[in-house]
Amino acid sequence: MLTIAVSKGRIYEEALPFLEQAGIKPIDDPDTSRKLILQTTRDDVRLVIIRATDVPTFVEYGAADMGIAGKDVLLEHGGESLYEPLDLNIATCRLMTAAQVSAPEIKGRIRVATKYVKTAKSYFAERGIQADIIKLYGSMELAPLVGLADCIVDLVDTGNTLKANGLEPRELIMTISSRLVVNKAAMKMKHEAIQSLLDQFEKTLDQRR
Amino acid sequence: MRQKNSWLLPDGIEEVLPEDARYLENLRRTLLDVFACWGYELVIPPFIDYLDSLLTGSGHDLELQTFKLTDQLSGEMLGVRADMTPQVARIDAHNLKHSAPTRLCYVGTTLHTLGDSLEKTRSPMQIGAELYGHKGLESDLEVISLMLEMLAMAGLQQVHLDLGHVGIFRALSEQAGLSAGEEAAIFDILQRKARPELKERVDSLSIDNTLKTLLLKLPELNGGRDTLKKAADILAPANSRVKQALAELEAIAGKLELAFPDLPLSFDLAELRGYHYHTGVVFAAFVPTVGREIARGGRYDNIGAVFGRARPATGFSADLKVLSMLVKDSLPLEPRQLIFAPASDDLALAETIRDLRARGCCVLQALPGQADNSADSMGCTSALEQDNKTWVVKALA
Repeated sequence: MLTIAVSKGRIYEEALPFLEQAGIKPIDDPDTSRKLILQTTRDDVRLVIIRATDVPTFVEYGAADMGIAGKDVLLEHGGESLYEPLDLNIATCRLMTAAQVSAPEIKGRIRVATKYVKTAKSYFAERGIQADIIKLYGSMELAPLVGLADCIVDLVDTGNTLKANGLEPRELIMTISSRLVVNKAAMKMKHEAIQSLLDQFEKTLDQRR
Repeated sequence: MRQKNSWLLPDGIEEVLPEDARYLENLRRTLLDVFACWGYELVIPPFIDYLDSLLTGSGHDLELQTFKLTDQLSGEMLGVRADMTPQVARIDAHNLKHSAPTRLCYVGTTLHTLGDSLEKTRSPMQIGAELYGHKGLESDLEVISLMLEMLAMAGLQQVHLDLGHVGIFRALSEQAGLSAGEEAAIFDILQRKARPELKERVDSLSIDNTLKTLLLKLPELNGGRDTLKKAADILAPANSRVKQALAELEAIAGKLELAFPDLPLSFDLAELRGYHYHTGVVFAAFVPTVGREIARGGRYDNIGAVFGRARPATGFSADLKVLSMLVKDSLPLEPRQLIFAPASDDLALAETIRDLRARGCCVLQALPGQADNSADSMGCTSALEQDNKTWVVKALA
């Protein structure tokens, strides 16, 4: 039995075609069903539906053999406890800094509001900037407006939320896409099953290029 | 706050309660007896030690993992051991100085500053065995066999063995002339088998295209027995040291298949666990339901050089607490047999108790005036009762 951890929403939607090409179709729809474990058309594969930030944790502990997680989440999770063999190139967006429109560049120490604490810290450190990181769980855009922070680090898709709040994107930290992650022990003990899925996913990727 | 929660333990530090402690100790004795039967002598290295000697031959990770304190007598930095292997290597190199191969084993608590991401513990109980003074696949095979024996004696089933060889990446890295920084970056990526990142990183290097292809192929070289054949084809342009490493793996795999026909074997040529001090074959044991290895080891030649004597070395270790936790529910110990003796200063009773204890029976005598003094409430399974003038053991209903 292979367990694959996926988060609801965009990643799930965009991962479905990959799963379908491998003959895996969920029997329930997570949007209407309250089930957290979804059986699929393949007896030997099931999906668990969890929060995006929990995917690396489930896979790391072996509670799921594989998972699909955004690179943003993986960077924050950190460590070398997972394999990340494939970039599925789905759910893409940009991790950027943003500040109030035409706000002057701050010299010296800056205050940054973000939920990507580790990533923001290492990004500013690499550029020689000492940053005080303020961890927020949502509505980052508010922080510069109320004087909580000088800038924010957040995912930007269309940029509309930024615009509506008088902010503008500044620097691109990295392009984010979803990766296939695999538990280290499962990769060894269930090698054949996992490798055949990897091959199948890779085939789908090639077709899309 | 401290006052209110004075029972609270630091993160990742645990106390082992009676039932678990009995299990753990029983397992510890069983496993040390196994090591003794294989001719491995027990050593007890100190809990704290000079930092320099604790960190011998190890990477930066171990330095971060080590609790440090200043020795008030000498002003030198001391460390609480985070890994006992360097200490055991010192014992071999500096104190024993045998010319014949030396076989040593050890068990003890280590401390880690950072909890393991999976086992939340920061105080694993490391148990392991090391073989010094022989270079060749026979000694690797011996320690692998002993590790498998340890796991079998602990009662673990469906054990799976994964083999790798750090010499392959090391030789490729040298052949490509990678700088320390480049090597570290690629090492980090290989640990995660992050192929897209590896491609980006390797493409940015100014090295020979053939070598680029070889580095890029490394994360794909894992799986069953056919991996070695595949690797031999793919790594054909690599230097002779890569080929030698592959030949070593092939030879070990062949012997393991003969000795353990039912053992599932896998190979992973990008597995670089302990890359900084390992020099040859590395191995790890896995079981279903655990997301990581439960015992690991490999060859680490010449670590003793700093202590005055470079010797070939190979060995393995595991966390005894993890092993105990994995088996204790499926293989429970026999319940404790405890004999109750009433509070009394009868000399005949004292003598009977002494005899019973001398025969290895567990006897618990009530204290005068104690609360709740029934045999049952004290966890006893039988009781001493007076029959005429003699005391006899009677089972409790």
